[in-house]
Amino acid sequence: MAILVYAEHDNQELAPATGSAVTAALEMGGDITVLVAGSGCGAVAEAASRTAGIARVLLADEAPLEAQLAENVAPLIASLAPDYSHVVAPATTTGKNIMPRAAALLDKQQVSDITAVVAADTFVRPIYAGNAMATVQSTDDIVFVTVRTTTFDAAEEGDTAAPVETVSGAADAGLSSFEGAALSGGERPELTTARVVISGGRGMKSGENFAMLEEVADILGAAVGASRAAVDAGYVPNDYQVGQTGKVVAPELYLAIGISGAIQHLAGMKDSKVIACINKDEEAPIFQVADFGLVADLFDAVPELKTELEQRGIQPR
Amino acid sequence: MKVLVPVKRVIDYNVKVRVKADRSGVDLANVKMSMNPFDEIAVEEAIRMKEAGTATEVIALSLGPTQSQETLRTALAMGADRAIHVVHEGDLEPLAVAKMIARIVAEESPDVVILGKQAIDDDANQTGHMLAGLLGWAQGTFVSKVEAANGSLKVVREVDGGLESVMLTLPAIITVDLRLNDPRYASLPNIMKARKKEIAKRTPDELGVDVTPRLKVVSVEEPPRRKSGIKVDSVGELVDKLQNDAGAI
Ligand SMILES: Cc1cc2nc3c(=O)[nH]c(=O)nc-3n(C[C@H](O)[C@H](O)[C@H](O)COP(=O)(O)OP(=O)(O)OC[C@H]3O[C@@H](n4cnc5c(N)ncnc54)[C@H](O)[C@@H]3O)c2cc1C
Ligand SMILES: Nc1ncnc2c1ncn2[C@@H]1O[C@H](COP(=O)(O)O)[C@@H](O)[C@H]1O
Repeated sequence: MAILVYAEHDNQELAPATGSAVTAALEMGGDITVLVAGSGCGAVAEAASRTAGIARVLLADEAPLEAQLAENVAPLIASLAPDYSHVVAPATTTGKNIMPRAAALLDKQQVSDITAVVAADTFVRPIYAGNAMATVQSTDDIVFVTVRTTTFDAAEEGDTAAPVETVSGAADAGLSSFEGAALSGGERPELTTARVVISGGRGMKSGENFAMLEEVADILGAAVGASRAAVDAGYVPNDYQVGQTGKVVAPELYLAIGISGAIQHLAGMKDSKVIACINKDEEAPIFQVADFGLVADLFDAVPELKTELEQRGIQPR
Repeated sequence: MKVLVPVKRVIDYNVKVRVKADRSGVDLANVKMSMNPFDEIAVEEAIRMKEAGTATEVIALSLGPTQSQETLRTALAMGADRAIHVVHEGDLEPLAVAKMIARIVAEESPDVVILGKQAIDDDANQTGHMLAGLLGWAQGTFVSKVEAANGSLKVVREVDGGLESVMLTLPAIITVDLRLNDPRYASLPNIMKARKKEIAKRTPDELGVDVTPRLKVVSVEEPPRRKSGIKVDSVGELVDKLQNDAGAI
């Protein structure tokens, strides 16, 4: 068996999501090749080559791949895939965008967003917003899989570097062109990999009020997230959304502030190690999943929380 | 511009699903079914394109059991001009759906196909991209804004890092995200009118598509339950528990 893993990166840095996909691939078992497709991404390939357990890195470093447009990347994957038993990518927006197109080009049915590997062809994946877990067995000869990164720890760095080979021939399909990006960025830890996440919901009442959460986040070294309602209302950007159709997070600690706990939100955070919530409605469903729930008005409780954390000298870990 | 909108009949997003006792799947007997919420957004966008004069005709398409007709009636009541129903009583996987939509595309020659980004039952997030691959068309996925720009479509995509804009040549497929629009409710007169609109019936056989599932469902289980937690009385107690009991901060 040989497995091709699609690397997540921005042409400069290898993203930890890649390591999670490698870990899932290692559980499937086989010779692992990591594909770094982009432009000016040599440093990414070098970083990828130091991932423990992999056999080689394929570097496709060409202008048409710069923005990782699915129209240009999917044919590359489809041309390489016949040498492999599996093609694996992290279930990031990049992986989600490219992989089904590549699978369709080869007439394969992808298995999306797996949370466990049962056997090389059998996987567990959440359906119905995580209200059911399906175990499915693929009958395809090349198995296309996307991996939920929060359930697989990133592969470690190895002692030796795997060889990097170059692949060429990527073409511009001439179907689409990248115009630009407006990325939120910032100094705070990334939502999907942060150790602590503090999220606000409709109860926050405005974008300005999210400053309260940011102050607490600074003390804890936390990322800031949100419910769909808070994003729809324009309090915070779209990439803050946690849930079934947003980001899935599983930090050591998730703090839900002014969030009711709709199933679609729970789908994105219920695998967090510890969940705490502050909500003024004691009937809110969030209390059913919270390890520690405080019934209180957030406008009193959040500033108090900040003071309490400061007084105890709590620091980011 | 002609627009095709595939709409899926799924369990209503408000229903708490139950896993069947024999672990073969989810219990769909006597539960409320609705149009996939993302598909409502897709229909709304198509109708707005028609109202703006960009689109000339909006065709709704559903693949699934007899009752999928209800979903198509909803799309017609919202403002779709006509509908196509590919009747199939068993499970359909995204690849098979994409292949059948591709056949309908070959017959109808739409300029744009607008789909939901994901169906909230299988949470697959594949069909639109597979369709684009099969057709060799441009794809704009997770779209929160669409603008027609002479012979192209400019779309804004919701990605992990924020927003991205991409120009798509036509014909193209689009999969819609939550922020694209707020779907309308059909008015009573439009619901009445929709009853008279045409729904053409097709079958996978006629379309020449083998819909045999590629994935075998081994079992479907309840997710692990979290241990029930406690309510604390004050912020001080909350911080104390997080620090000393849970060791989380
Ligand atoms: C197709 C689809 C996909 C979806 N995807 C997602 C998703 O990915 N993520 C997601 O989050 N949602 C998603 N949703 C939406 C979801 O169903 C809920 O509508 C949403 O999560 C509610 O957000 P909320 O909890 O912030 O708002 P609400 O449900 O309005 O809850 C606000 C809470 O704040 C509390 N509150 C108000 N004021 C205060 C105060 N002063 N102090 C303390 N507490 C206060 C209230 O008691 C209430 O519990 C989706 C829905 C659909 C249909
Ligand atoms: N059976 C179906 N009938 C009509 N449209 C469908 C069907 N299955 C999927 N789709 C479309 O494809 C989108 C994505 O579905 P999925 O890939 O299953 O998550 C949906 O939002 C629909 O627009």
